[in-house]
Amino acid sequence: MSQVTQASLAPPPVALAPTQAVSLNINGQAHSLQIAPWTTLLDALREYLDLTGTKKGCDHGQCGACTVLVDGKRINSCLSLAVMHEDSHIQTIEGLGTEDKLSPLQQAFIDHDAFQCGYCTPGQICSAQGLINEGKAKTEAEVRELMSGNICRCGAYSNILNAVMEVLNNEGLIIEDKVWSAGDTKPDLAPVEPPKQ
Amino acid sequence: MSHTTDYIGKPTNRVDGPAKVTGTAKYAAEFNVPNLLYGYVVSSPITKGKITKIDTAPVLALPGVQEVFTHENVPGFAFLDRSYKDDVAPGGSPFRPLHDAEIKYSLQPVAMVVADTFELARYAASILHIEYDEVAHETELVKHIDEAFEPGRGKTGYKPPKSRGNFGKGWKEGVARMEANYSHHAQHHNPMEMFASTVEWLGDKNLTIYDKTQGVFNSQQYVNKVFGLSKDQARVISKYTGGGFGSGLRPQYQLFLAVMASLQLERSVRVSLTREQMFSFGHRPETLQHVALATAADGSLTGINHFAVAETSQFEDFTENVVGWSGTLYDCKNVELGYRLAKVDVFSPLDMRAPGAASGSIALEIAMDEMAYAAGLDPLEFRLRNYSDFDQAQNLPYSSKALRKCYAEGAAKFGWEKRTAEPGSMRDGNLLVGWGMGGGIWDASKQPAVVKASLDVDGHLTVSSGTNDIGTGTYTIMTQIAAESMGLPIEAVTFVLGDTTLPESPLQGGSWTAASVGNSTVEACTKLGEALLKQAQKMDSPAFKNAKIEEVEFANGQLRLRSDSTQAIVLRDIVQASGETKIEAENSTVLTKLEMLKPPKYSMHAHNAVFVEVKVDPELMTVHVTRVVNAVAAGRIINPKTARSQVLGSVVWGISSALMEESVMDHRFGRYMNHNYAEYHVPVNADIHDIDVIFVSEEDDKVNPLGIKGIGEVGLLGVAAAVTNAIYHATGKRVRDLPVTIDKLL
Repeated sequence: MSQVTQASLAPPPVALAPTQAVSLNINGQAHSLQIAPWTTLLDALREYLDLTGTKKGCDHGQCGACTVLVDGKRINSCLSLAVMHEDSHIQTIEGLGTEDKLSPLQQAFIDHDAFQCGYCTPGQICSAQGLINEGKAKTEAEVRELMSGNICRCGAYSNILNAVMEVLNNEGLIIEDKVWSAGDTKPDLAPVEPPKQ
Repeated sequence: MSHTTDYIGKPTNRVDGPAKVTGTAKYAAEFNVPNLLYGYVVSSPITKGKITKIDTAPVLALPGVQEVFTHENVPGFAFLDRSYKDDVAPGGSPFRPLHDAEIKYSLQPVAMVVADTFELARYAASILHIEYDEVAHETELVKHIDEAFEPGRGKTGYKPPKSRGNFGKGWKEGVARMEANYSHHAQHHNPMEMFASTVEWLGDKNLTIYDKTQGVFNSQQYVNKVFGLSKDQARVISKYTGGGFGSGLRPQYQLFLAVMASLQLERSVRVSLTREQMFSFGHRPETLQHVALATAADGSLTGINHFAVAETSQFEDFTENVVGWSGTLYDCKNVELGYRLAKVDVFSPLDMRAPGAASGSIALEIAMDEMAYAAGLDPLEFRLRNYSDFDQAQNLPYSSKALRKCYAEGAAKFGWEKRTAEPGSMRDGNLLVGWGMGGGIWDASKQPAVVKASLDVDGHLTVSSGTNDIGTGTYTIMTQIAAESMGLPIEAVTFVLGDTTLPESPLQGGSWTAASVGNSTVEACTKLGEALLKQAQKMDSPAFKNAKIEEVEFANGQLRLRSDSTQAIVLRDIVQASGETKIEAENSTVLTKLEMLKPPKYSMHAHNAVFVEVKVDPELMTVHVTRVVNAVAAGRIINPKTARSQVLGSVVWGISSALMEESVMDHRFGRYMNHNYAEYHVPVNADIHDIDVIFVSEEDDKVNPLGIKGIGEVGLLGVAAAVTNAIYHATGKRVRDLPVTIDKLL
């Protein structure tokens, strides 16, 4: 028999860091929050703003379910603190389209049956939007590779590929029309061009 | 005659698609009810022993921490084991969270901190000081083969395998033989959505529970029994489930913890598990298998021997049908089957997609490949020579069996006839090319399910049943079936599920939902049709006055005479004429229940045949699965679009099982070391290439009225074996311990 001790014997800090005001611009709307400084962007969205379209699948940047667009670039929102994004334009799945006005990617995901349980889907769509914004991927092999940060446990990969390829092939149309922006209420927001390298 | 409202068999977009692609579909942890508290679970660092001390005071001193629940302060709820048994609990004594100081397995929940915010609960859980006395644990299955025992009939659906004939005789009669051991490690379901329960406290012990589950009624009855709540007090809702694969068949411990905390604190509470904690409950058990086959000169099997030993926990005997399929799939007089369990210090295993069959088919279908080579036959030709036209295991004829078509259509699509038998004989430039095949068999079953159909004054049909949709397409196919049954456009039909206030439906599992709820939907719609006809007969419509139900049809939004379709009444008008707000009807499950008591007249199964191409780098031994053709015979396919997706997913699972997926146990610690999504490898988009799905035509009027066999599991069978067989064909290396990682090929 041996003794095992869990957690440190040292006392916890007498006072935790206080919560602080954080302002976020999400889908073209300003939000003000009073949250602990270590609140992730993901938890800020889900637990404080009721923007639950962004999903938590691992909380460790391993699955991609929490992908959102920050200034047009796709990031894992679980690996980023909300407080770091006060000056950013954040786009979530709720900002890409609505049930009445689906973005081309959202429509393509439905038409190609590119999901089953739907839990990784917002992350897949945001990631695909980021991929389109990047403008690097052109071929099927490139799309497969650059969509590989998003796990789909249901295994809808072939259909995801087909959905993304369909929209990529219509890319010109998208850039001109910007029909995949946040809808009528937030016409000026999406997409934000990624920063120039 | 076809109608505009015929939907069955047509590829149809998911009706829940818009909600899923816009993020409005809400999963269990996403109901942000007012004044919510957050629970964060602390998991045991040891595998076996006792908790000796828990120092909760410093944690409770943190402002915002409401309570720390441990075995020391959780009140005793129900006393008897049976109160903790859910609908699919195996034999034994179910695990009770925070019940006592004893540690039975690594990552066992030992405490839960409840705080005002998630951030605080997580931090507070991280500083909770717990001391343990650790004792030696045993997690290595291979060391316990000798102690393995034959399980009793612990769990619903488990059939102890039945041997027949005399294998020893058949073995001796054979002119060619093979014999080998096969193994695979534990696998964890890892649905994308982590287990979570949001419990809304409505006062006076009335709870609305948003649970991640594959069956709301199973969660409800567990909560009823454990906490002594009535059905009205514990309403369970699960509208969307972020993947299940079997993990949601049993209520997981976050449900107990969230309900317990809500009742104790009289507050709403959410408990979400972490990805690491997703490795702290049921899994596909590590299984060791032995197969021996012998053939006569003509390639017919003279003997089949299949024996398996699987792990189970110390507290429950989890059983699955691993070897039984080997007595059915091929024609053979002499079959010897055995299945045993050995207890180790892990949590109880749990059904995971195609439970038993997925494991068994790995061994059987690799063995069939080995036997084909030993007998000098092409693997497809060998299977055709041993085709079973009669179920020898059950001694019953098949209700239908279109496996021959799967072989023929799959092979044709794949181009199997171009295969050269010699391993290493096919190349693509520098790459070794391998072609392998496999296949399988799965039960076509049906459970009692109650469905209500309700037509309102606007002509909108709402069909409801407390079933689930874990991504399988239930919402969509039931909408199709109901729309066609009532002759309404699909937009005029809504299917509602996932709520214990709806009519009772079984757990979503076993590939039975489409058949169970689908046929019940037709029955409910038939009853609704009768009610509508009765009402129509009260209206001023001489054509229907004496019409019998057989003489009318529901199509294109109307009730009309079959003999004269110009005699028609719009359905909406019938409801309006009734003076009621709606007309509704429910099916009865009495006949289905009686049917289940009768001895079966037919062997009812779905089948598949899989053809796989791999390309292997001869120096690096990296394997890519470049092509897969999966031909499936599963009776009638209600929605070829969603059904195809299920089979695509099954192929991805099979590739995963063959090449990547395993929970790696470090026996020194008794813990799965890769308990996260970075190290528990599953395929990503770049791993998946061309997959073809074929549904061969298979009409079956005996299996159930709609002729549905179910599609959730069968597509997975034989895939991992076919990949492994293809690797053999490419490299000449026969790997029998899955997954086939590079180190096993170098």
